Amino acid sequence: MTLVSGWGRFPVVDTDLSRPRSFEAVSEAVVPGSVARGNGRAYGDAAIGVSRTIAMTGFDRVRSFDPATGRIRLEAGVLLSDLIDTFGPRGFLPFVVPGTRFASVGGAIAADVHGKNHHCEGGFGRYVDSILLRTGQGEVMEASREQNSDAFFATIGGMGLTGVILEATMRLRTVETGWIRERVIAASDLDAAMRALDAGDAATYSVAWIDCVARGSDLGRSLIYLGEHARADELADSADRFPAGNDPGLAVPVDLPSITLNRYSIRAFNELYYRMGARRAGGGHVVSLYPYFFPLDSIAAWNRIYGRRGFLQHQCVIPEQGARSAIGEILDRVSRRGDASFLAVLKKLGQGDGLLSFPLPGYTLALDFPVRGEILNFLDEIDRLVVAAGGRLYLAKDARQSRATFEAGYPALARFNAIRKSLDPAGAIRSKLSQRLFDEVQP
Amino acid sequence: MTSRKSVLVLGGSSDIGRAAARAFAKAGYDVALAGRDAAALEPDAADLRARYTIEGSTLKFDVLDTASFDGFVGSLPVLPDVVISIIGLLGVQAQAESDLAHAITIMRSNYEGPSLILGLFAEKFLARGHGTIVGVSSVAGDRGRSSNYVYGSAKAGFSAFLSGLRARASRGGVHVVTVKPGFVRTKMTEGMKLIGPLTVEAPVVGDAILAAVENKTDVVYVSGKWRLVMFIIKALPEAVFKKLKF
Repeated sequence: MTLVSGWGRFPVVDTDLSRPRSFEAVSEAVVPGSVARGNGRAYGDAAIGVSRTIAMTGFDRVRSFDPATGRIRLEAGVLLSDLIDTFGPRGFLPFVVPGTRFASVGGAIAADVHGKNHHCEGGFGRYVDSILLRTGQGEVMEASREQNSDAFFATIGGMGLTGVILEATMRLRTVETGWIRERVIAASDLDAAMRALDAGDAATYSVAWIDCVARGSDLGRSLIYLGEHARADELADSADRFPAGNDPGLAVPVDLPSITLNRYSIRAFNELYYRMGARRAGGGHVVSLYPYFFPLDSIAAWNRIYGRRGFLQHQCVIPEQGARSAIGEILDRVSRRGDASFLAVLKKLGQGDGLLSFPLPGYTLALDFPVRGEILNFLDEIDRLVVAAGGRLYLAKDARQSRATFEAGYPALARFNAIRKSLDPAGAIRSKLSQRLFDEVQP
Repeated sequence: MTSRKSVLVLGGSSDIGRAAARAFAKAGYDVALAGRDAAALEPDAADLRARYTIEGSTLKFDVLDTASFDGFVGSLPVLPDVVISIIGLLGVQAQAESDLAHAITIMRSNYEGPSLILGLFAEKFLARGHGTIVGVSSVAGDRGRSSNYVYGSAKAGFSAFLSGLRARASRGGVHVVTVKPGFVRTKMTEGMKLIGPLTVEAPVVGDAILAAVENKTDVVYVSGKWRLVMFIIKALPEAVFKKLKF
């Protein structure tokens, strides 16, 4: 048995960890209570099996690539970082990347991850044409929008609960360069931030960093980052077409005492960050895709900043109608509490594709909280605001929401469960997350 | 015929073999992967072709079948610029202490086969006037330990073979690299207790092999820390060393 946790390091679970080396071995590894795991970047308990966790990172082969169409077939354990580093210099990038490049393709499909372009280009699943799935029942099936489409739409965003994703065929986008033309807008409060995001709807990429300790008239003050892929003629002559993505250089070597993050240190950091960003506001400039998309990846093991007990990320999405007041209320409570992270993110989402895909048209807010004190009760309070506004929480980040919160947020759950049952009548595929949120309670 | 350089990886299905193949393919080498089951190597060759604009192929090679070596070398469509042997078998020390067949397999897999096949390539390279030979040995060959001396002694033999071959071949324009990876997280070491700071991932070894070939390094300890560790271990007097539970 091995102690396994998600990226947030909460909860830590003792599970049997299996590392199959062939697809036959994957099938043999599935026992009642198994779930697949990619690179462990889900924050909570989504990629931890009730009895066994099947590590898929050994499956990292590209099967085929067609440079004429950008269509690629690959094994589920290929990391997005590997895809970017290998195909970026050839002029191809994934259509959608989340905030870390160290997620696996299988994990990105299972969570239907979204990027800074969800409002106009949708999520990761939209660019997946087909999936090779080993169902809980033991069948290996190809699923696409046309073939086994129920299984396909349940697997996109299905948190690995339809079976083990073995391979996928997806489309890569062509790019002229590995650089992003970025424009920064400073917003002095939440209204201005939401207006700036609305005005940025036409931008391919948009995201807002929110100072979540700012209060009163500063509540919701933000820096909004808009981005477009830079064309070759927009680069300085001396610049490489594709910048190098350095390995995370600076690592957090030890668990920092959780006192390091307190309201004073965060307030000081945020003040500095906001002022420096505001100074850059206005004119466009060109930045490497790596810091633009993956600002935290440059610090290895940044999850240790939150100390040994780990941290919780709370990411909700609130439908457009009512988003202003619900997010205002959440931010107000968070700022009065004063110990949320220095990284709060606000962005707009569009419609998701899978049955359990997180995105819906509206605004998503992501906040980090160290695990301590009354945090679980506080987050339950926030959840009530989310549910009242018709919102939901992101399963890839969740470690603690209640069944009621989950059921209120995901109306397609019954349909998902019916498909899951047909693929896995005996219930072999179960994760700590499914056990917590929606498996039938075992006698 | 292409003008690209080419590399032959013996033991292409191992984690380090795959990593080395990727590192060389990325650097523009055509890659041939050789192993007991050539068909099983095809997905890895396809991976290299899809990722990089190079040729990737597979060959059948069994390190225990020394009788086939002459034919294997003779039948190659092109003599590669670089040949790498990543073949090794850790085996089970406790079993090898009484099961001679198992001990023989460990010795032959780590010493006899890799030495003989690289020796054959050395002759061909010397006749041509250039080439690079890489043998992946082990820090375990630097000093016999009670916990793995069957494996370690075979690696010691292999290291000595490579060092002698290097001395001779260097005069003929052929370079020989000895790689001592230390702890690597691979199939071979799965389930073993590895010391975190001394452990590397397979791609680090792959990159180190490429760098050693391009920089003409003689002996590579993949993590520099191992050079120090093994220096100390080699320096311990036998009277002390034999008392260590190690």
